[in-house]
Amino acid sequence: MGVMEHKFSDNILTTSVDGLVNWARRSSLWPVTFGLACCAIEMMAVGAAKYDLDRLGVIFRATPRQSDVMIVAGTVSRKMAPVVRKVYVQMPEPKWVIAMGSCATSGGIFDTYATVQGVDEIVPVDFYIPGCPPRPESLLDAIVALQQQIKTEKILRK
Amino acid sequence: MQNTDVKNREQGQISELITVNMGPQHPSTHGVLRLIVDLDGETIADVRPDVGYLHRGVEKLAENRTYHQFIPLTDRLDYLASLSNNLGYCLAVEKFFDVKIPERAEYLRVILAELARIASHLVWIATHALDIGAMTVFIYAFREREYVLDLFEIATGQRMTSSWMRVGGMRDDLPEEFFKRLDKFLSILDERVDSYERLLTKNRIWLKRTKGIGYLSKEDALSYGVSGPIMRGSGIDFDLRRDEPYGIYDRFDFEVPVYEDGDVYARYLVRLKEIREAGKIIKQALEGLPEGPVMTDDPRVAYPSHEEVYEKMEALIRRFYIVSKGFRPPKGHTYGSVEAPKGELGFYIISDGDAKPYRLKIRTPSFVNLGALPEMSRGHMLADLVSVIGSVDIILGEIDR
Repeated sequence: MGVMEHKFSDNILTTSVDGLVNWARRSSLWPVTFGLACCAIEMMAVGAAKYDLDRLGVIFRATPRQSDVMIVAGTVSRKMAPVVRKVYVQMPEPKWVIAMGSCATSGGIFDTYATVQGVDEIVPVDFYIPGCPPRPESLLDAIVALQQQIKTEKILRK
Repeated sequence: MQNTDVKNREQGQISELITVNMGPQHPSTHGVLRLIVDLDGETIADVRPDVGYLHRGVEKLAENRTYHQFIPLTDRLDYLASLSNNLGYCLAVEKFFDVKIPERAEYLRVILAELARIASHLVWIATHALDIGAMTVFIYAFREREYVLDLFEIATGQRMTSSWMRVGGMRDDLPEEFFKRLDKFLSILDERVDSYERLLTKNRIWLKRTKGIGYLSKEDALSYGVSGPIMRGSGIDFDLRRDEPYGIYDRFDFEVPVYEDGDVYARYLVRLKEIREAGKIIKQALEGLPEGPVMTDDPRVAYPSHEEVYEKMEALIRRFYIVSKGFRPPKGHTYGSVEAPKGELGFYIISDGDAKPYRLKIRTPSFVNLGALPEMSRGHMLADLVSVIGSVDIILGEIDR
């Protein structure tokens, strides 16, 4: 504030564009309702009363068009991979991806002909959560970490 | 519930069907089910499920793993009731050896399997109600489910995929804290189920969305081979726990809920009743719970205890042998089945005398139940399809395997 103080009338705050936009983005991360397997149940549990994602501004949206985050919760099979990719492409920028659980991270215990060995083969991943399935706290941790990352992002570039 | 559109089509007045895709990323298909729906106006003329979006090759993996190594994979079939799957698989393998399980392990198995049933049905009522629009039930049911998951965590260290049963007994005994919390949970269970009933059973919107929807007649239920709550909702009085008792289920006194209506509402009533009955079974099991070991001492399948391993060379060798090479069942085949929350879950294992199964086929209830979905949803409005899918209670991990 410093120099700018008392230069404007009351009720005017000054901030940077980055600060304002990042504040808005990180406070309303809307993940797309998109469960694949076991981890999706834990994802629902995080959304329910005990862990309560809403307090972080995370509200599940049933359409990728209104979402910012894709939480890939579960095993991605080769048949499902194009669909996951399509959901990702349908999301508007800026968008982030959290790979939840061992399967989405690396294929997990399902090292077979049918499964994609990590969702990063088809979409860029920002955060990986280990666990099979991860504890709800792990997902909360990933979301908080994502919010911290958004804080440092630059909107305007030269 | 024949709609006028269908009548018109039969009379040749409407000729064109619209084909609509639903899923696999649809939030109400409970996972990655894809449905191809033929619509006549807004009425469903036909539904074709397209499965395989979660195919992970579990049955093939089984052929490359020893019998013990496969237990964690059974968790991930029906991940809402992983302990029921553990139980079904262990029963099937135990049939090869005709192992006698210690009494305490039998009782603990019943307690954990019934808790898994409660957890599974709680998720079912939560998601089913959420699909139909009753958000509060979702929050309530997940609150109770967290309670059950805490119990699992105390007992096994994992919330969902617990892998706690072993061929020949249990991995370990359950701690004192588990029983304390379980008592507390059982004391609130009935009252909490009452609160769901207050929200739903006479709720007019709920009745409109469930009564008379998704009808499956007794004959159809039999011919499609459906099992579990869907079958009992269609008026067939059959429960593996009572009619072909496995383990020690013949010692417990419980009711098998049966309703004749065959619609979504009847299945809802069956499942709610089953939660209460599961609580009853756990109470009886807690009363009869004996002291003693939880793992058989049959040397063919049991790991020697740590004390033995430290003291005896033979025990060390045997433990090493079982862990690294696995045990070898005799040549032949076996089928073990349990009444899982979704219906009859069976494991058919063919052994060629090796330490790994030659072939392992899993008869999963969701897969068979899903087969009856077209029959149940034909003639209904498109919006009711969500309600019917919810009532089937499918788990894609089980369907696609």
